[in-house]
Amino acid sequence: MTDQTDVIYKTDDLIAQDIDAYLEQHQHKTMLRFITCGSVDDGKSTLIGRLLYDSKMIFEDQLAALESDSKKVGTQGAEIDFALLVDGLAAEREQGITIDVAYRFFGTEKRKFIVADTPGHEQYTRNMVTGASTADLAVILIDARKGVLTQTRRHSYLAHLIGIRHIVLAVNKMDLVGYDQATYDAIVADYAAFARSIGIERFVPMPISGFKGDNITGLSANTPWYTGPSLIQHLETVEVDTTTDQAKPFRMPVQWVNRPNLDFRGFSGLIASGTVRPGDTVRVLPSGKTSTVSRVVTLDGDLDEAVAGQSVTICLADEIDCSRGDVLATADAPPQAADQFESTLVWMADEALLPGRAYWLKLGTQTVSATVQEPKYTVNVNTMEHLACKTLDLNAIGVAEITTDRAIVFEPYAEGRTLGGFILIDKITNATVAAGMLHFSLRRAQNVHWQAMDVSRAAHAALKNQQPAVLWFTGLSGSGKSTIANLVEKKLHALGKHTFVLDGDNVRHGLNKDLGFTEADRIENIRRVGEVAKLMTDAGLIVLTAFISPFRAEREMVRELLADGEFLEVFIDTPLELAEARDVKGLYKKARSGQLKNFTGIDSPYEAPESPEIRVDTTKESPEDAAERIVDHLLGWAPTI
Amino acid sequence: MADPKVLTHLQRLEAEAIHIMREVVAEADNPVMLYSVGKDSAVMLHLARKAFYPSPPPFPLLHVDTTWKFQAMYELRDRMARESGMELLVYQNPEAEARGINPFDHGALHTDMWKTEGLKQALDKYGFDAAFGGARRDEEKSRAKERIFSFRTASHGWDPKNQRPELWNLYNARKNKGESIRVFPISNWTELDIWQYIHLNDVPIVPLYFAEERPTYEWEGQLFMADDIPRLERVLGRKPEIVNRSIRFRTLGCFPLTGAVESTAKTLPEVIQETLLTTTSERQGRVIDKDAGGAGMEVKKQQGYF
Repeated sequence: MTDQTDVIYKTDDLIAQDIDAYLEQHQHKTMLRFITCGSVDDGKSTLIGRLLYDSKMIFEDQLAALESDSKKVGTQGAEIDFALLVDGLAAEREQGITIDVAYRFFGTEKRKFIVADTPGHEQYTRNMVTGASTADLAVILIDARKGVLTQTRRHSYLAHLIGIRHIVLAVNKMDLVGYDQATYDAIVADYAAFARSIGIERFVPMPISGFKGDNITGLSANTPWYTGPSLIQHLETVEVDTTTDQAKPFRMPVQWVNRPNLDFRGFSGLIASGTVRPGDTVRVLPSGKTSTVSRVVTLDGDLDEAVAGQSVTICLADEIDCSRGDVLATADAPPQAADQFESTLVWMADEALLPGRAYWLKLGTQTVSATVQEPKYTVNVNTMEHLACKTLDLNAIGVAEITTDRAIVFEPYAEGRTLGGFILIDKITNATVAAGMLHFSLRRAQNVHWQAMDVSRAAHAALKNQQPAVLWFTGLSGSGKSTIANLVEKKLHALGKHTFVLDGDNVRHGLNKDLGFTEADRIENIRRVGEVAKLMTDAGLIVLTAFISPFRAEREMVRELLADGEFLEVFIDTPLELAEARDVKGLYKKARSGQLKNFTGIDSPYEAPESPEIRVDTTKESPEDAAERIVDHLLGWAPTI
Repeated sequence: MADPKVLTHLQRLEAEAIHIMREVVAEADNPVMLYSVGKDSAVMLHLARKAFYPSPPPFPLLHVDTTWKFQAMYELRDRMARESGMELLVYQNPEAEARGINPFDHGALHTDMWKTEGLKQALDKYGFDAAFGGARRDEEKSRAKERIFSFRTASHGWDPKNQRPELWNLYNARKNKGESIRVFPISNWTELDIWQYIHLNDVPIVPLYFAEERPTYEWEGQLFMADDIPRLERVLGRKPEIVNRSIRFRTLGCFPLTGAVESTAKTLPEVIQETLLTTTSERQGRVIDKDAGGAGMEVKKQQGYF
């Protein structure tokens, strides 16, 4: 049945007789990374276990453990349960499911393979996208008894979305349908219609049995009607992405500047695409300056040529500015830079996307602050329908506009994963919350330019004889923010300072009257106030703002908008019980009775500042004393507490 | 366009490891390389020298010592630190030293005190926020699921259900104060890849990996090398029966815990040949994987073991 097994795997003789010849052969192997995806009972783990078993990646002690485990907890009766080989974590063995991405290794004479084993459960879209992101090829498993399922569609959509060019449709468990060709043909036809509809141009179907070993290594006598390659034959001959990437223009994101002494300055990175040789003209982006490659340096000696997939250090003939985050590219076809994009996002965190909130965006070696607009639509991964949405929840996929705080060097994801794929990172928890793929930059980003003004920011401030600043008062409703801000402004005014107060209630009557009190609206409220405060500091003013501003992330966003040292966070620390007891505006009463929703401290959280510039404990300090202290701190008259 | 230059799997694994190391150096405040002097550490150190050449690797080597390593390991350790131009930090858990913890009397406690606790103490002492380790995913089941950048809480715990997704080759190295990451640049290497790389690059390794006549004794059914006979006598309370045999080691740790195999493989190709033809897995001789049933390593890792 698996008569070719020996031809492909049986290298023991060579190892025993001529180890040098074997090593020579091994040394020239290439590497293919692929993922397997299928529904819960499609036999994915069994197939991977079979590949490891057939390629002798299993040792006797592991086999003995496998045999005893198969009898204890296996699902295959007296036969070996290959799935047990790859079910890693203790929790999984108990539940009998795979809960995360696991990586497995095996090899044949021609190639080394890295398999990402990704789970088939609905809630784990995130894991499949993760596993697929590094794969050259996807094996989509179908149970021959069940045909194309909702999950098959989902996995195929995700594999296509992440840009996998090689798709294998493995119709598994053929032994359970009597190796019936008609069953197989019907499934392949069904899948072909679906694949076309989502833009998959090519796929390679094959009838297999992971359990019995049919068409895995060699062609099986049980399917004489099948004339295509066996799974291993196909995996051994598919062209890998790094080879394809060599034909594209040269790009290398700079990771690190190597500067051991004054005589050497090299730019280290992993070549994303193309090739590079000494003498090539390259452009540094985003600055656009050009130079010539003088050396390609490695510990093993300088190279005449380096290609996509190699980590090198490049020296340039000229002393030009270049640092981490810049991209070295071929001079006549460089990538572009922009700060507004349309992109697809796969949301990966329990906490949903907050449109307007600032996240870190990491793309290549660039990390910038970025905000996501309300998504244009989300994709139902089961039906591929586009649905309207306000946000993206865990495992949701959507299309949205993204704005970065400075221009980044990019390529559309379809042209290159390195400069088109990015992750979003929560600024407070540091969790990776989303994976994204850039499609194109938006025109307006390129057409809106800064208008340079002759009267500078410094000139505005100098005329007023003061340092501009923002005193950002934060605290619960009724904590005393407005009261103290008002006192501070009176004192500053008396000292001849030019000030202005932005008050929460007042702003909501005009500038922000279109906003409600949902999390997204509160973030937009703060963003607008932050931008207004920034303009006022450009005009040289000392700005006092009094907003509850409950979320740490938004306060940090405003801090980053402003020049260093110009943002002073003033935490008016009043316990909830006290603020509620005062209840000047009667709001707590309304919130408690349910008339007012999303009220901070009641049914919406307040994230206290961790290290504010000034903290006022209103149970210990009078508003008058606090105001005095804040003025002293602002004008640098006294040390702060 | 010329024919593409097809990269071999070792070239790609090397490029990946170098990329990972440079990302850590660019993004972490205070990285360190854990150096156990074994063959995986040897490869990792060699890759670090490649990654930053002509600069020396811009971080120190940390050896969490148990005082029970083979003499040949201490010799190679000191030599490699000199040759690489890197600072070598050696840490020995003072409590384990004071209590005289040893592999004969204390069993699993020996590993726990000297290695697990010692590592945590050392990382805390120097305030390292990123530590390179030479673990590979093919070694053990729970490793197969660990990320390349593996996030640890302030108390060094690992939560397998709450790992950061790792996409493309974009690594998220951000963390809060007190938290740290373990980074495994050779995650995707197999044991054969390691040997092949050592062979192709002449990476210096401890001579104990090669067969030679050495003094041996048997203990609890396994063969060990009598590396420090006076110390053995002291701890065992008797003189073990020493027999000279041609042996080598497939893995190196504390000499009383690391079983030897009888072998005649004196060259690297012979060692590789023997490794490939052998029928038991590499870590089989080690005690640490077998505790707590099938979940030994996973439990240890949650407690902070590397």
